[in-house]
Amino acid sequence: MSAAFAIDIFFKLLAALPVTLEVWSLSVVIGAFLAMGLTWMRVSGSFVLSTIARAYVFVFRGSPLLIQLFIIYYGLASFAFVRQSFAWPLLRNAFACATLSLALCTAAYSSEIFRGALAGVPPGQIEAARACGMSGFKLFRRIIFPIALRQALPAYSSEVISMTKSSALVSLVTLWDLTSVALKIRNDTFVTYTPLLIAGAMYFALNALVARAFAFVEYRLSGHLRPRAT
Amino acid sequence: MTGEVSAISVVNLRKRFGNHEVLKGVSLEAHEGDVISILGSSGSGKSTFLRCINLLETPDDGVVTVAGETIVMRRTATGKAIAADHRQVDRIRSQLGMVFQSFNLWSHMTILENLIEGPIHVQKRPRAECVEEARALLEKVGIGDKAAAYPSQLSGGQQQRAAIARALAMRPKVMLFDEPTSALDPELVGEVLRVMRGLAEEGRTMLIVTHEMAFARDVSSRVMFLHQGVVDVIGPPEELFGDCRSERFKKFVSGATHARAGQPSL
Repeated sequence: MSAAFAIDIFFKLLAALPVTLEVWSLSVVIGAFLAMGLTWMRVSGSFVLSTIARAYVFVFRGSPLLIQLFIIYYGLASFAFVRQSFAWPLLRNAFACATLSLALCTAAYSSEIFRGALAGVPPGQIEAARACGMSGFKLFRRIIFPIALRQALPAYSSEVISMTKSSALVSLVTLWDLTSVALKIRNDTFVTYTPLLIAGAMYFALNALVARAFAFVEYRLSGHLRPRAT
Repeated sequence: MTGEVSAISVVNLRKRFGNHEVLKGVSLEAHEGDVISILGSSGSGKSTFLRCINLLETPDDGVVTVAGETIVMRRTATGKAIAADHRQVDRIRSQLGMVFQSFNLWSHMTILENLIEGPIHVQKRPRAECVEEARALLEKVGIGDKAAAYPSQLSGGQQQRAAIARALAMRPKVMLFDEPTSALDPELVGEVLRVMRGLAEEGRTMLIVTHEMAFARDVSSRVMFLHQGVVDVIGPPEELFGDCRSERFKKFVSGATHARAGQPSL
């Protein structure tokens, strides 16, 4: 196997990287918004909303992502009302289904992370804000959210990183992402190591960047945890 | 020193937690310039009483009036009392400076940011003015060099003085202190009490829940002693600490003084 062959594979895989990046980043963003909604439902104090959110987390965290993905992409299409609904143009599209499926799944995990972070905000600091006349959204935006965000980051960065790897599953619903292109090269050339190693290295490089980005944000947000610069 | 203008008036305050009635009808009239120490053994309801004044606890019954404005309460369908108007509660709270036992400074903000948070975001005052006033307050409580530090980088005594400055930054009509020295190491108690004594001497209206007998005796204009949710005795400190008609208070003072012997008093 020549270096030229490896370079050729590298560029073929590089061309597939945007699909992986798109599915991953879109699903992370959509999932984060869904997760915030779920978290809000959990802490809303309403029994109905909180039960719905708990059931959601129970289902999406408790079943394999691959099965969720197949049900959304292959399963929903078998219902006539789905094919006639306004959402059909979206649900017949592999990219949309893959993104939706990943987003629904990460929302379940993320909402648990956010809920834990909210619960970790010291009640005394919330009380101090109330005592000076803050309430409602202002209290959330100025006090609760910044403290919770800092607490959520370590766990949430793991979730975002694990999502790059979960995105490999979309290769099974006809998307030409990094993994599916690597598998195709393996099928076509009978060379296993080179495409899979290069694809693995690309995931690794992506995650190294993501981890650095989170570490940077964490550093910026945690001045209060560092010893004082003199 | 004590004026005749009512700063806080509490009439017949009642509060129950489950089956336990913590406050069984407590009344108090604080005039401008009053420094009132609230004493009592643990479980006597003194902290709950203070927290009912700014509605951190919702009283079940009774009338609270702050600077002439009575907090409007209503009852839910189940008979539970709640504040009728949240904006009124926020407004009244912003006029009461609260100092907590555990400081409760906002950990993600520097000390200066802690001080200007309420004035800027609740009272909508111009930032430059708030910063200038905050720096002066930090100087006043003796931690002018800590403006850029985070709460976790300060000692307990410094944190509590910052918390007092934060409460003062709201230009409150009345200061409420909820056991401000109880979480401090003994050698740090003095620096906080000194700041509080300074405020009292300026003529600030203060309600102080405390275990510091010497401080209550020397600084208060009146002392209120709560026992099992009712006012056992209230009066000027020289009267109470002199020859008190309440045997219970005498016993409480001797017990507390004994338990706290060896600590620096002011």
